[in-house]
Amino acid sequence: MSTHDAYYIPHKAVWPIMATAGLMLMLAGFANYLNGSSIGPGMMLVGFLAFLVMLGLWFTLQSKESESGMYSHQVGISYRMGMMWFIYSEVMFFGAFFGALWYARNISIPHLGDSGAFSGPGRSTHDILWPAFQAIWPTNGPGNVGGDYEAMGAFGLPFINTMLLLTSGVTCTWAHHGLLAKKRDQLIKGLIATVSLGFLFVTCQAIEYYEAYHEMGLTLGSGIYGSTFFMLTGFHGFHVCVGAIILSVILFRSWRGHFTPENHFAFEAAAWYWHFVDVVWLGLFVFVYLL
Amino acid sequence: MTAVVAEHDDHHDHHDHGPEKGVLRWLFTTNHKDIGTMYLVFSLIMFFVGGTMALIIRAELFEPGLQFVDPQFFNSMTTMHALVMVFGAVMPAFVGLANWMIPMMIGAPDMALPRMNNMSFWMLVAGILLMASTLFMEGGAPSAGWTFYPPLVLQTGNAMPFAVFAVHMLGVSSIMGAINVIATIFNMRAPGMTLMKMPLFVWTWLITAFLLIAIMPVFAGAVTMLLTDRFFDTSFFDAAGGGDPVLYQHIFWFFGHPEVYVMILPTFGVASTIIPVFARKPLFGYASMVYATGAIAFLSFIVWSHHMFTVGLPVAGELYFMYATMLIAIPTGVKIFNWTATMWKGAMTFETPMLFSIAFVVLFTLGGFTGLMMSLAPLDFQYHDSYFIVAHFHYTLVPASVFILMAAGYYWLPKWTGHMYNEKIGQLHFWLSAVSVNILFFPQHFLGLAGMPRRIPDYAIQFADWNMVSSIGAFMYGFSQLLFVYIVIDTIRGGTGEKVTDEVWEGASKHGLEWTVPSPAPYHTFSTPPEVIPTEHF
Repeated sequence: MSTHDAYYIPHKAVWPIMATAGLMLMLAGFANYLNGSSIGPGMMLVGFLAFLVMLGLWFTLQSKESESGMYSHQVGISYRMGMMWFIYSEVMFFGAFFGALWYARNISIPHLGDSGAFSGPGRSTHDILWPAFQAIWPTNGPGNVGGDYEAMGAFGLPFINTMLLLTSGVTCTWAHHGLLAKKRDQLIKGLIATVSLGFLFVTCQAIEYYEAYHEMGLTLGSGIYGSTFFMLTGFHGFHVCVGAIILSVILFRSWRGHFTPENHFAFEAAAWYWHFVDVVWLGLFVFVYLL
Repeated sequence: MTAVVAEHDDHHDHHDHGPEKGVLRWLFTTNHKDIGTMYLVFSLIMFFVGGTMALIIRAELFEPGLQFVDPQFFNSMTTMHALVMVFGAVMPAFVGLANWMIPMMIGAPDMALPRMNNMSFWMLVAGILLMASTLFMEGGAPSAGWTFYPPLVLQTGNAMPFAVFAVHMLGVSSIMGAINVIATIFNMRAPGMTLMKMPLFVWTWLITAFLLIAIMPVFAGAVTMLLTDRFFDTSFFDAAGGGDPVLYQHIFWFFGHPEVYVMILPTFGVASTIIPVFARKPLFGYASMVYATGAIAFLSFIVWSHHMFTVGLPVAGELYFMYATMLIAIPTGVKIFNWTATMWKGAMTFETPMLFSIAFVVLFTLGGFTGLMMSLAPLDFQYHDSYFIVAHFHYTLVPASVFILMAAGYYWLPKWTGHMYNEKIGQLHFWLSAVSVNILFFPQHFLGLAGMPRRIPDYAIQFADWNMVSSIGAFMYGFSQLLFVYIVIDTIRGGTGEKVTDEVWEGASKHGLEWTVPSPAPYHTFSTPPEVIPTEHF
């Protein structure tokens, strides 16, 4: 499994500590904002900008080094392993929220709706607190938390979004084939299509959210249904944004003539990330919208 | 291939003989040894910060009644002590050892992703800073316990979002560190260093890294749900909205149980490295050690609810988690017997690292047995949230993880610094630690069995005697650790003055590549992959 070319070891890394400082400032600012402090938003903004600038400079450095041929095959493998396991960690992050959804639907709601559903000592919650509550999904709980709402159907915008993302997965792969076959035109066209579909997806989701909040009464505060719906689709939407931005950078670099069939880790990493986002969406479509 | 390597070396020899000068060396470094050193020093500092909190707890508990601190602050201390020790001391110390030793043990020039390595360390510092800042906030530091159970934790004051974001940063730091370890081990091994020839420290860290990548994001998700429940009206843990506080406990312990193995698996690795050297025998049952580590890691994912036996699980759940938990005793037993068999008829000598390692085998076994007691659901109803559990996990962490970290310090200090530590003071440190740690934690078993609950600042009069004994042990243990600081500083400044050989310990070069390079290890160890002698495993 090991490979043994000369290994490129960078000798000074200025950006990591700066990016960390920016991130810390941003999070401290966010925490201050949540606590109602007036300096919060400013800190957040400064921290976020610092983080962005540092990341930008760091990635610029990496791409310059890559284009000047400093990375051997072995370095490329290290990078790919890094990306692969990073995506795995993201899968586990989404797993926590999918797990919460599964638990709510299969354990906590049936438990609250029927005292006979489980034999544990907590069964009296239903009898004493909410004897009228019935376990029907979707629900905002026995307390009707967040008021009346309408559940999001699967075959409106969500279905269109599914098609958009699936198509973008195809165009991304088409672009990759273009890169491997040295057809730069195909590479660029494929990437333009992928990025456009990605941003179109985000736009559709923004419309969906707008309708949920303003016409359906469905908000983040609509009990466990609203919580799981918005947290799952929201984190996914955030990842689509990040993925689309990454692919935009790749598109920009492709325009500048970067990447060869042998050396294009950044493209592969972005494509992997995009497919990961795609797969998570399929999970969402099935478990959040369909079932 | 060799030609390419040589060219690479020439290029760098003119520019980079050694480290840069000044503070910037440390801020911007990508060198695995520098970063390892920073991790180790940071964790040693945090060990004393967390230790001070522990002494505040034990001072308050020295006798019944409220003496020194108010109950709110006491609860903050139990919470922060745990967070600092877990995320600030033990985990970073093992990451530090991984950084220093893994590249040297597998014949790699450095870690696979050196820039990310730098970021991983600074993210740790940033996370701990956010966490520590809560000590000075309105409403005090988090005080609902390190497990952050809702709904109690939702009553935290201004500290709440800071604690959540601190956990996020610490999680990112751990994930980056773990990814780096995996990429290094899979991609940077010298030719001939097959997986089943790797030292066990490398193996245990590889498995630990997989645990970390799988669990830290889950913890991040759990605390994110706490944050949104508190600030954004979600109902994950609120029954009125259809959620369930017990859901949090499930998610948390899905993280939390593997997390405790994150702290113990590298401990096993170091013990398996040190014991053979001083027994002058190859490790007994190398392959079974690897498989046992894998088995423990696998089991750690399917036993989490044994932390929740009293929460109201269905009987089937209680039974499943009880039996699954009891299974862990089997691979753990394999390890204990292997260490014992390694020492059997060995030509043993008892230098400080070996003393700590032997104490680890004995005392960890004790901690393991109390764990087995609590894996039995009906018995756990009695022990749950009592001082018995406090005694149990401190036996698995202090005379196990911390003792082995001390052993690792003594074992590798001569390689790191090129000087020999003072063996007499080392042995004094060991004996003081080994005696006081038992005075500290053994009585807590009695307190728990007699019914003293954990996390309380005051207690009924019948618990007074053993609490006093425990507190005396705590202060003895705490202050004897200062000897270690003295020894580290003294060794860096020349130690006994005796120049150590490359091998340092008699016969050690048979046991690991790190003993074939000069002492102190050069700033860049292997610019060309070393020859790995294809012998049977040592």
